[in-house]
Amino acid sequence: MNALAARRRHPAAIAILLFLGLALVGTAYSLLAPKSAQAAVSTADDVALGKQLFLANCATCHGLNAEGTKSGPTLMGVGAASVDFQMGTGRMPLAGPNVQAPRIDKVKYTEEEIAAIAAYVASLAPGPAIPEGKETTGEGGNVALGGEIYRVNCAMCHNFAGSGGALTRGKYAPSLYGVEGKYIYEAMLTGPQSMPVFNDTNLTPEAKASVIAYLKMTQSEPNVGGMNLGNLGPVSEGMFIWIFGLLLMIACAFWLGQKAA
Amino acid sequence: MSTTASARTAADLRADDAKVTSATGSKAGAAAIWVDERTGIAKGAAYMMKKVFPDHWSFMLGEVAMYSMIICLLTGVFLSFWFVPSAGQIPYNGSYVPLQGVIMSEAYSSTLGISFDVRGGLLIRQIHHWAALMFCVAITVHMLRVFLTGAFRKPRELNWVIGSILSMLAIVEGFAGYSLPDDLLSGTGIRAAEGFIRSIPLVGSYISYLLFGGTFPGEAIIPRLYSVHVLLLPAVLIGLFTAHIVLVMVHKHTQFPGPGRTNENVVGFPLMPVYTAKAGGFFFMVFGVLALISALVTINPIWAYGPYDPSPVTAGSQPDWYMGFADGALRLLPGFLEFELFGFTWSMNVFLGAVALIPLMYTAAGVYPWIEAWVTGDKREHHLLDRPRNAPTRTAIGMAAFSFYVVLMFAAGNDIMAIRLQLSINDVTNLFRLLVFVVPVIVFWVTRRICLSLQRHDREKVLHGRESGTIVRTAEGKFFERHEDLDEFDRYKLVAFESPAPLALPSATDLNGVSSKDAKKARRRVAWSNFFFKTRVEPVTPAELAAAHHHGEHEAIPGGSGHAAIKHDKHPH
Repeated sequence: MNALAARRRHPAAIAILLFLGLALVGTAYSLLAPKSAQAAVSTADDVALGKQLFLANCATCHGLNAEGTKSGPTLMGVGAASVDFQMGTGRMPLAGPNVQAPRIDKVKYTEEEIAAIAAYVASLAPGPAIPEGKETTGEGGNVALGGEIYRVNCAMCHNFAGSGGALTRGKYAPSLYGVEGKYIYEAMLTGPQSMPVFNDTNLTPEAKASVIAYLKMTQSEPNVGGMNLGNLGPVSEGMFIWIFGLLLMIACAFWLGQKAA
Repeated sequence: MSTTASARTAADLRADDAKVTSATGSKAGAAAIWVDERTGIAKGAAYMMKKVFPDHWSFMLGEVAMYSMIICLLTGVFLSFWFVPSAGQIPYNGSYVPLQGVIMSEAYSSTLGISFDVRGGLLIRQIHHWAALMFCVAITVHMLRVFLTGAFRKPRELNWVIGSILSMLAIVEGFAGYSLPDDLLSGTGIRAAEGFIRSIPLVGSYISYLLFGGTFPGEAIIPRLYSVHVLLLPAVLIGLFTAHIVLVMVHKHTQFPGPGRTNENVVGFPLMPVYTAKAGGFFFMVFGVLALISALVTINPIWAYGPYDPSPVTAGSQPDWYMGFADGALRLLPGFLEFELFGFTWSMNVFLGAVALIPLMYTAAGVYPWIEAWVTGDKREHHLLDRPRNAPTRTAIGMAAFSFYVVLMFAAGNDIMAIRLQLSINDVTNLFRLLVFVVPVIVFWVTRRICLSLQRHDREKVLHGRESGTIVRTAEGKFFERHEDLDEFDRYKLVAFESPAPLALPSATDLNGVSSKDAKKARRRVAWSNFFFKTRVEPVTPAELAAAHHHGEHEAIPGGSGHAAIKHDKHPH
């Protein structure tokens, strides 16, 4: 203990203490953090089951007959594609009131349950069905054409690289990294939240496939320039040069200044 | 009328040079004499080689800027071998697959070529861009260093002005550079710049037409920006930079106060051989760091942005960081500042931030030396620097101005902050609108308090020594912490500064009782002098030091360990 006490004023003491504190808190958190409970599993896949699930999980906000309430819009005519997108990406059911439903990777419903609710919602009024072509994987799409369509229609909100961007009053265009082709297709088809609808006369299925192909290509290509700093444009580059560039330069200058002549 | 010059021989030119005996022997010596006989350079070279520079890491920040600029020049030459400054539209058929077949400008196509098809091209392009960012960072911190240490005072005011102009031109040069590749982001930048130019009252649309050779985008802007970027501005930058360096040579370098360092000397090492080695080595370190960053971290991935086309725009369109403050000001200005008067639209919501702010800020910086000189009435030359804490008000002014700049710069990233921190962009913008006024005031006050308390701490240290952390118990059972005296070197640094008193108010009437015309002017100056110097901490005088030592601090213990603290004549209580 004496050895420790003697070094309590060592320049590195604060850094070491800070590191130990952070490590301790981090470990404790990972051990004690609450784990999410397992959702119930269902097997049937029909409109009746869908209705049951709807009444239990969705009706509070969307109304007993999906007619909509003050807290949620009507689901008449949104189609199965919309349900598949919203529930498949974990956006629905909404955990709490917010400006926008966030994407949640841990989806609490099985594919069968989502399909059942989608079938129920689709049975209420006609709407876009869940797309099931090769278009949803981007297969056969023209990458260069997809890039042009993307830059004209998508980049102003989702950013040039699909890193996402801010909208007004806390709303945002989410990042497109790692989003399944099917969900990108459904988003274009149904226009969730602040996004406009790109129906099949606006963007043909081939054009949609091209956009998906472009995104897949740019996301899977190697970073030829090195680390991409989040692909956020000049802001992250400026931060990098101020923090790391300047620090390295000052370290060099300091080291050289310490050198005897 | 004509003048005649008597013919001078080469020997005359060197008449007052130190005599060199021809028997020097070495080949290098012979070569040097050969050159000297034809150019008369020996005198100047000897003067330069003996030039003394003081050692301090902060004096090398300007060097970082200088080397970054040189690196930009070298890499820029390489880039110009392949870059085609043309807006002519061609289909792309290079090796970057996602853009193959897309119609784009030759400028963009050739930049893609540099990035993907020229060996080492991407690395050189990234070094060029990172070095440009580093150039502006180094200029900014160098300016801060010069300001906060008072290095701009007489006789260096003109060099401060030259430096300010260099700093402003550097950002214009940077803008011209990142606008050239004609990718989506740079095109958006030119689009914005065109709007800024149009916001200039009355003449804006004419200037825009002249610059763009017609309506936006046209085909003229890229070749024109190219000429500005590779010819005009580099020439002006190098010219001003040379003047900057020559003036440093003429004035001699400033130094921090210390034993043996006076206003009349420079304590350090000569250019040859010490600084030639150090500065030369530092160039390679700067180049090495920039090359390392460029090899590891992407900057401006133009291939990802795609070609420019006036209809699309990307989220997160920001300028490079050094233009950020102007972009931030633009984002903060409220829309109601646009109005119509006399049949013209006055877009003050754009003009004030995007156009007027830049020259205004640099003018404010440029005239500061005269403002301070007027307040202090100080006409002396200053070759000794102030430690920032020893000029609390100046330091506070500098930090407040810099914080204003930083708030504006951060405001340019309002959308990135909103999405990364999950905030509302409206709230972020409104917060910055508040901060831009509040932060400088708080920073001013806090900085001044910190400076004053550091000065008081220095006084305390000089008078009572350094806290040793050793607790001593006397024979009577008293406890106290032993203080160790500073050595003379350390003490000198803490007491060698000036702390001018505020000017006294002159009498409102002259000797004959007539009210003085100058009294009002003088009162204003006294008010400013009070603002600068009313709260101040004076350096410890020798008398105070002697008194403190004589008073006998309790730290002295009879028969103690022989520490510096008890070498002085002190008596225990």
